[in-house]
Amino acid sequence: MRRYLRLLGLQLRTSALLAAQYRWDFLVDGAISLFWAFTAIVPLFVVYSGDRGVGIPGWSFGEALVVTGWFILLQGVLDGAINPGLQSVIDHIRKGTLDFVLLKPADAQFLVSTSRFQLWRVSSVVSALVIFVIAFTRLGFVPKATGVLMALVLLVTATLLLYSLWILIISAAFYVVKVDNLTYLFGSIFDAARWPSSVFRGALKLVFTFVVPLTVMTTYPAEALLGRLEVSTLAASVAGSLVFALAARTVWLRSVGHYTSAGG
Amino acid sequence: MRHFFGLRALPTLLRVGFAEAIAYRAEMLVWVLATTMPLVMLMLWTAVAEVAPVLSASGRTWSSGGFVAYFLVVFIVRQLVSSWASWEINFEVRQGLLSMRLLRPIHPIISFAAQNLAYVPLRLVVSLPIVVVLLLSPGASHLTTDPALLGAVGLAMLGAWLISFFANISIGALSLYMESSVKIMDVWLAAFFVFSGYLFPIDLFPPWLKVASAWLPFRDMVGLPVELMTRGHELDEVLPLLARQWAWAAGFIALAVVLWRRGIRRYQAFGG
Repeated sequence: MRRYLRLLGLQLRTSALLAAQYRWDFLVDGAISLFWAFTAIVPLFVVYSGDRGVGIPGWSFGEALVVTGWFILLQGVLDGAINPGLQSVIDHIRKGTLDFVLLKPADAQFLVSTSRFQLWRVSSVVSALVIFVIAFTRLGFVPKATGVLMALVLLVTATLLLYSLWILIISAAFYVVKVDNLTYLFGSIFDAARWPSSVFRGALKLVFTFVVPLTVMTTYPAEALLGRLEVSTLAASVAGSLVFALAARTVWLRSVGHYTSAGG
Repeated sequence: MRHFFGLRALPTLLRVGFAEAIAYRAEMLVWVLATTMPLVMLMLWTAVAEVAPVLSASGRTWSSGGFVAYFLVVFIVRQLVSSWASWEINFEVRQGLLSMRLLRPIHPIISFAAQNLAYVPLRLVVSLPIVVVLLLSPGASHLTTDPALLGAVGLAMLGAWLISFFANISIGALSLYMESSVKIMDVWLAAFFVFSGYLFPIDLFPPWLKVASAWLPFRDMVGLPVELMTRGHELDEVLPLLARQWAWAAGFIALAVVLWRRGIRRYQAFGG
């Protein structure tokens, strides 16, 4: 365990050094993530704009803003910590250089997952916090301690879920080789998480709760902060995400077993 | 003379591109699935409109049928006018593959255009189910049937494709000046999503956003053809709108050609 923590520290340092080397990229990335945060809020302004007095049924502007805040936060986690590392796996598989990773005396999944971080994405956390402050000022109350605690548990859950989903997608790369567009597809599906899940009905609601659990990632944490999430829902979410993670780990191990090196 | 021969080769290029589209059909399907954002927005807006019809600042009333028509047309238009040449150029510049294109006796911009256009038939096929759904839905009554307006839709689609394609070439050509222009394309896309009418009808924009979108080319890439198709404009308003769009198109063609010409001189075949 200590060894893995030390490895993680080392990988983080490499990412920091890389970021310092490509300073121009670093700045552009920062600007882009601010821009993304901006584009994530604009749709809300359009939906709730003016004196129309309409909006998403069951969600006031402030409440919907909390959901958007979670969306920005998780997008930061996804783009900053999950995407870059796993993107490199795809390259490794295509070029056949995954062998070098597999040869190293540490768990391959750990190594590839921590191989690269986009440190500038920390700015998303700041953006999200600013949005939370604005939202709760508008709503006129402060979230309860239990609510914050539940939301933090759900943040861990959501990160685990995102990561597991990614591992599942990457595992597909062992079989179909070219999955750049699968990652893009995932990104565009994740975009739907910016809206409260009550917008979706029918089959799509089931998909977004159980198959691609966007609801668990943004709507539940927002409801927790707003103090209207049941404890049973929280428990189910945590249990569900653990099952998801286990499944992803199993699939990863099987897929690595399937890997046949160059051109595999 | 060189470019003249290029035009003669166009049918062959289109055939090759079409064969490529067929070969990578699974991949293309994933791309199509990735552009389902308008369908999500459709659900969102119909949920909003269900409580009460949405009234825009310009006085237009948006019922859920109006939203159905708008977003299904958005989906179809995006399928037909989209372009991805900038990624292609970035990839080829980095890998040195661009040299192959430069060797051929045909201008690379023309060959990129043929490659993009060759996907249109297949994308049309993919869009067909959505067209059928649209015609059967309550949104059908919101579509225009005026032949003059339909003609304007055709022109607007062509203009939208020109802007999209030559903006792609321009940004792609920037990779000849810097290491990679993929990030610029990301910014471009983010702005496109917000200002084009892709996520919400421009008619519903708050005033400050409307002003911003009036000064940007994005509306002409999706919003304009969709608005024309869904009766967003009267016939006498069409001409200035189309003129504006085609002016943008001409601007991007000029920009693309200049950036490409100057950039290609810097290209060093490998790692350039």
